[in-house]
Amino acid sequence: MLILFQEMEDKVISPEKAEEAKLKARYPHLGQKPGGSDFLRKRLQKGQKYFDSGDYNMAKAKMKNKQLPTAAPDKTEVTGDHIPTPQDLPQRKPSLVASKLAG
Amino acid sequence: MAGVAGGGGNGNDFQWCFSQVKGAVDEDVAEADIISTVEFNYSGDLLATGDKGGRVVIFQREQENKSRPHSRGEYNVYSTFQSHEPEFDYLKSLEIEEKINKIRWLPQQNAAHFLLSTNDKTIKLWKISERDKRAEGYNLKDEDGRLRDPFKITALRVPILKPMDLMVEASPRRIFANAHTYHINSISVNSDHETYLSADDLRINLWHLEITDRSFNIVDIKPANMEELTEVITAAEFHPHHCNVFVYSSSKGTIRLCDMRSSALCDRHSKFFEEPEDPSSRSFFSEIISSISDVKFSHSGRYMMTRDYLSVKVWDLNMENRPVETYQVHEYLRSKLCSLYENDCIFDKFECCWNGSDGAIMTGSYNNFFRMFDRNTRRDITLEASRESSKPRAILKPRKVCTGGKRKKDEINVDSLDFNKKILHTAWHPMENIIAVAATNNLYIFQDKIN
Repeated sequence: MLILFQEMEDKVISPEKAEEAKLKARYPHLGQKPGGSDFLRKRLQKGQKYFDSGDYNMAKAKMKNKQLPTAAPDKTEVTGDHIPTPQDLPQRKPSLVASKLAG
Repeated sequence: MAGVAGGGGNGNDFQWCFSQVKGAVDEDVAEADIISTVEFNYSGDLLATGDKGGRVVIFQREQENKSRPHSRGEYNVYSTFQSHEPEFDYLKSLEIEEKINKIRWLPQQNAAHFLLSTNDKTIKLWKISERDKRAEGYNLKDEDGRLRDPFKITALRVPILKPMDLMVEASPRRIFANAHTYHINSISVNSDHETYLSADDLRINLWHLEITDRSFNIVDIKPANMEELTEVITAAEFHPHHCNVFVYSSSKGTIRLCDMRSSALCDRHSKFFEEPEDPSSRSFFSEIISSISDVKFSHSGRYMMTRDYLSVKVWDLNMENRPVETYQVHEYLRSKLCSLYENDCIFDKFECCWNGSDGAIMTGSYNNFFRMFDRNTRRDITLEASRESSKPRAILKPRKVCTGGKRKKDEINVDSLDFNKKILHTAWHPMENIIAVAATNNLYIFQDKIN
């Protein structure tokens, strides 16, 4: 009877913890402090970073022969270390027009 | 006016009906058309919307038509203007979005209307005024504006005011800039009608409506070492009656109430609201879903409401250790957190609002569903903003989401929900049962049924 009870306890997991297990299975390298600095810093840096020739040349000079850090191919977001290159630039925004709610 | 949950047919309950929908019908939604804020003014006669393209559209309620007693006042376009334009921060090579994060009306003091609108960095005070008369018969210029030759003028006349088609003009009266390093998430007008606060991720500033070149910093939670950053400010609001009191919420699910009389810098709170958490139930998602996306005081000033990812909580200002009421918005999403994290939906910021009597609260969800909770009867209802149920005065049918395998007729399975159709912004008329619901690029207006 005691052994049965133990098995039952192990099987009852909250849906949240089950989801957590799923996530950790897909991304084993996910940081230990999830709500901490990474998320918050990403939030504080929201905004499209554009190519800046000053940044680019300074970074090139610093790195010398090494490759510049580039953004991960699956992420469109630019991090603080990444120097945008012409390939990363987004499409030009359309010109300002009137709102469709008004018309 | 307290009844909220329709559905039943008994005496005091009423039902929500479709009234109007604004915006384009096409499937291809331009990003600029996405509505980012909705706000009624103090009388409810004006309804303002802001969008990602930096534009503001103001609707005005028409006078009720005596010949058509069953038609309630409809909202029609009153004014529209470009509030903010995209800017570029040259120092950081960052673009500053023109998206309107918040609009807040000022109480009306004369014939003109004033509102504050803000993007990530700059707050603007707009004056919206009407002109319905035009002067005619100037001496020195013709009707078309050309200057007359003064030597050819032989007689003097007094210009007279003639009626003209109503023209509504919006002009920026104040621009409050350069006070926020981080992104502004809230603005709140004080009950003194002279000052207002603006909050970004780490700081809250106090402004005087007349003064644009100075702002007082009243809260600063930036750590000396950014590596030690553990939480950010997510929303802030002034108390509706006590001009010295304001609250701000955090990404950790806590609310701090501050009193500006106690010190100039309100880094130390007067009250700290936090619900105790069971440490054994903590998961990777716990902090993310506890982040408060909106905080709103009740009209009475006795309560405040907070919205986190899965629930809405009502707090009594006299009780800091737990909320007095908790309402589940979409608990069925708890077993979908993994995919909601992967598609970033877990970071969606839903707002919430009170009705005029504080007897009911409303908030949005996915699939263009929105939820209403009646605090007195404890009944709740799920409704949908969709073009399918938009026939004039059509009664809205309650919706239901099922989680299990067996789906009843008219129910929708949680896996069929459209997570791109999010209702983040809703507003409730200050006195009547009229609600405005922003569904991506469309604005829906619903009213209670007239019997």
